[in-house]
Amino acid sequence: MSTETALPVLTPGDFASDQEVRWCPGCGDYSILAQMKKVLPTLGVPPEKTVFISGIGCSSRFPYYVNTYGMHSIHGRAPAVASGLKIARPDLSVWVITGDGDALSIGGNHLMHAIRRNLNINIVLFNNRIYGLTKGQYSPTSVLGQVTKSTPAGAIDTPLRPLCVAIGCEATFVARSIDVNIKHLAATLKRAAEHVGTSFVEVYQNCNVFNDGAFEYATGRDVKADSTLTLENGKPLIFGKNRDKGIRLNGMNPEVVELGKGISEDDLLFHDEKAPEPTLAYLLSRMSYPEFPEPIGVFRDIDAPRYEEVLGDQIAAAQQRGKGDLQSLFSSGETWVVQ
Amino acid sequence: MATTTRSKQLVELDAATVRFCGDSGDGMQLAGTQLTNTSALAGNDIATFPDFPAEIRAPRGTKAGVSGFQIRFASTEIFTPGDQVDALVAMNPAALATNLCDLMPGGILVANSDAFDDKGLAQAGYTTNPLEDGSLESYQLFPVEMTKLTRAAVDGLGLGQKESDRCRNFFAMGLTFWLYDRSLEPTLRYIDAKFGKMPAVAEANRRALKAGYNFGETTDAMASQYRVSKAELAPGLYRNITGNQALAWGLVSAAVRSNCELFFGSYPITPASDILHELVRHKNFGVRTFQAEDEIAAVCSAIGAAFSGSMGVTASSGPGIALKTEAIGLAVMTELPLVVVNVQRGGPSTGLPTKTEQADLLQAMFGRNGECPCPIVAARSPADCFNAALDAWQIAVRYMTPVFLLTDGYIANGAEPWQVPDVDSLPQIEVKHPPANENGEPFMPYARDERLSRPWAIPGTPGLMHRLGGLEKQDVTGNVNYEPANHQHMIDTRAKKVANVAADIPPQEVEGPASGKLLVISWGGTYGACATGVREARRRGANVSHTHLRFLNPFPSNLAEIIGRFDKVLVPELNSGQLRMLLRSKFLVDAIGLNKVQGKPFAVGEIVEKIEQIVKD
Ligand code: SF4
Repeated sequence: MSTETALPVLTPGDFASDQEVRWCPGCGDYSILAQMKKVLPTLGVPPEKTVFISGIGCSSRFPYYVNTYGMHSIHGRAPAVASGLKIARPDLSVWVITGDGDALSIGGNHLMHAIRRNLNINIVLFNNRIYGLTKGQYSPTSVLGQVTKSTPAGAIDTPLRPLCVAIGCEATFVARSIDVNIKHLAATLKRAAEHVGTSFVEVYQNCNVFNDGAFEYATGRDVKADSTLTLENGKPLIFGKNRDKGIRLNGMNPEVVELGKGISEDDLLFHDEKAPEPTLAYLLSRMSYPEFPEPIGVFRDIDAPRYEEVLGDQIAAAQQRGKGDLQSLFSSGETWVVQ
Repeated sequence: MATTTRSKQLVELDAATVRFCGDSGDGMQLAGTQLTNTSALAGNDIATFPDFPAEIRAPRGTKAGVSGFQIRFASTEIFTPGDQVDALVAMNPAALATNLCDLMPGGILVANSDAFDDKGLAQAGYTTNPLEDGSLESYQLFPVEMTKLTRAAVDGLGLGQKESDRCRNFFAMGLTFWLYDRSLEPTLRYIDAKFGKMPAVAEANRRALKAGYNFGETTDAMASQYRVSKAELAPGLYRNITGNQALAWGLVSAAVRSNCELFFGSYPITPASDILHELVRHKNFGVRTFQAEDEIAAVCSAIGAAFSGSMGVTASSGPGIALKTEAIGLAVMTELPLVVVNVQRGGPSTGLPTKTEQADLLQAMFGRNGECPCPIVAARSPADCFNAALDAWQIAVRYMTPVFLLTDGYIANGAEPWQVPDVDSLPQIEVKHPPANENGEPFMPYARDERLSRPWAIPGTPGLMHRLGGLEKQDVTGNVNYEPANHQHMIDTRAKKVANVAADIPPQEVEGPASGKLLVISWGGTYGACATGVREARRRGANVSHTHLRFLNPFPSNLAEIIGRFDKVLVPELNSGQLRMLLRSKFLVDAIGLNKVQGKPFAVGEIVEKIEQIVKD
């Protein structure tokens, strides 16, 4: 994200739109919106240079509620719309707001290819493990056995893990946060914005109407310390209310160990978000409750060429060899004159 | 070769039609292209019809793998590549079996007799060798041992048999060039340019080409040579151009003339991919091409680019357009300018990917959910694709709407001479982006001008921040709105806006008498056959006129009045009657159809016959 000079100081109010927010009272989306509005003024990008693109779903109403440019596009296609926008206008700061159904079901293909192209855009996936807007069908992240309107006998397809998908698509920035963990969420969104390349952020979001408590294990006051693990670059993987548990590698597999009793911090797995190979990030992205604490924070943050920049270089190189001129194009190659 | 002393009789012709046919690996498209360019450079008017199988490499020698290239060159103005061919060059029995039906009685038939062995004959379904059993007596048959002669010509260059045989098409070209008294120079230049880095291959092709030419000159088999003189074309600089190339250049020109950057989102599909291949070569014009992950992403990326202020274009063929329909609806709702190119091919579903058809007109007209009108522009010939692209973009920006640009496989792959325009004569296309709004007043993204067009405010402009989307909008404010009366108003407004395009369409013109017995109404790539057919029928005494539509939605405002001046209306189409359905519903006219859906263009004769039948009744 380029830094603009001599900007007037922006406040969350500068990014608030005049539209009435229409999410259900108590929805996790409110918190994400609030943190986003807090982060945007700190990025040095004015509202007119910021664009939010969304697909369809509860989360995809988001663009209406920020006073930037925006498009509430069609189901699953936000990454494709955003790609065209960013390729045409690399100067803009582009955000994609999507949900688990929008990004991973109908729009899976676009998500996959946007990530591998590593355009400098930020994709925020609100994961509530349910279809909210259509009133409660199971989604590609619903857990096995989940009873919903369309799965009265329990969901029978293996859920996707959004971060695994992103890492499999060669994502250069992968992170996870939680709607109610507001400081962490704001910091994570800021990191995503600062990453140059495609940033993919999964946010656990409570749908209090159709899937209430889906992330209770990760947000409950008494349980969250034991069921989540906050990643810190270069630090050992420690978690627990008393910070007495850690993750150790046993062969190729992670295992939960208790610190003390002959196991020290040095025996634990150390986080390295800059690791060139995605192996560690992938291993972390597969850790799930209740076998493991679920990591939150930045899993991976590496540098790789951006599609729009390389294309821009190719165009600049072509223009250096001679800017396009229609008349000489028309008369290039074999021609003849009729007198 | 002009210096060679002529030993044979030279016959002057007004026009000649030649078809090369052979296996899809025999280089027939190249042979046809070379004869095309050479004839164009010789000053003829030309029209071509490349016809190839959908399979890249069907089994050798089978009928399924036959590829053909037909070219007509003339000393007068022509619009079609001809119904029947004067000369057929058949490289194997399968090619002969599938193409003989189009050879004129008494026509020239050159066959590579080496390929007429037992295996080849059996593959083509022949029980006896047609070159020997007398069945081809009504043609001027020239069996030529092309394989043997080519191998002999390239002997000593160190080429393997396979590589030697690959030069056979140059032998066939050489012989055809002799037959029609054409210069070898353009093809020799082509060989230098193309094979310069492979001296042995270049030399082999040169030798094969000359061997073919000399074969015609020196053997007694062929007694006559034919010559087609220069056509009387308007003075100027000319080049040969295919429809897809003309369309790509039209897009680049439209971008330049509107000071927009061209963004082209597409996904490979026959027969539209050549537009992408052409546009990637024009990065020096700032053209951004994006080969998307699928057809939906292709159109969505173009919509994203359009939102940002670029000239957003996507191109495909029928199946791809079907995938794009929801997104085109989004462009209608967001009222963003967009050009959607459909190079039509045989459908439905995958259909006939390499064959031509006009069966996507109703798809362009109605193929979206809801009341979702889009203007439709159609190109009529290869070179006309250039102007059609400019027209489509002009409408798109003026009316802030997606515009369909219809071509078809026949004109996309076909070629004709194109008079190079003076760039300054091309239309200047006005694009307005509203300036920054610093006074704090709310921006109204759906305020409208006299055409009912809304402002194209682009990201980066302070004070104009707004959100677009597929939900129904309140007029003027652009806020999401579900009120019944507003929805009615917006449906009506979008329809009126598209109807308003008629004000910018030049009045429809009639070729032939302004009133009378029969009016032929055509659209798209059938122009050549219809124009030629109507003229021919009139020459033979029929009372018939012709009008060809570039604009299919809305129709030109004087079309109803024109139709009213004729007793009957005939609508020839390569579909089951799509324009006819629109004309009938719009004008309550009892239009007669001439419909053909065989993956092939109309023959002029078919048009003439139908006209005469109607006029007689
Ligand atoms: S349905 Fe669920 S996700 Fe949607 S707004 Fe209501 S609470 Fe939020």
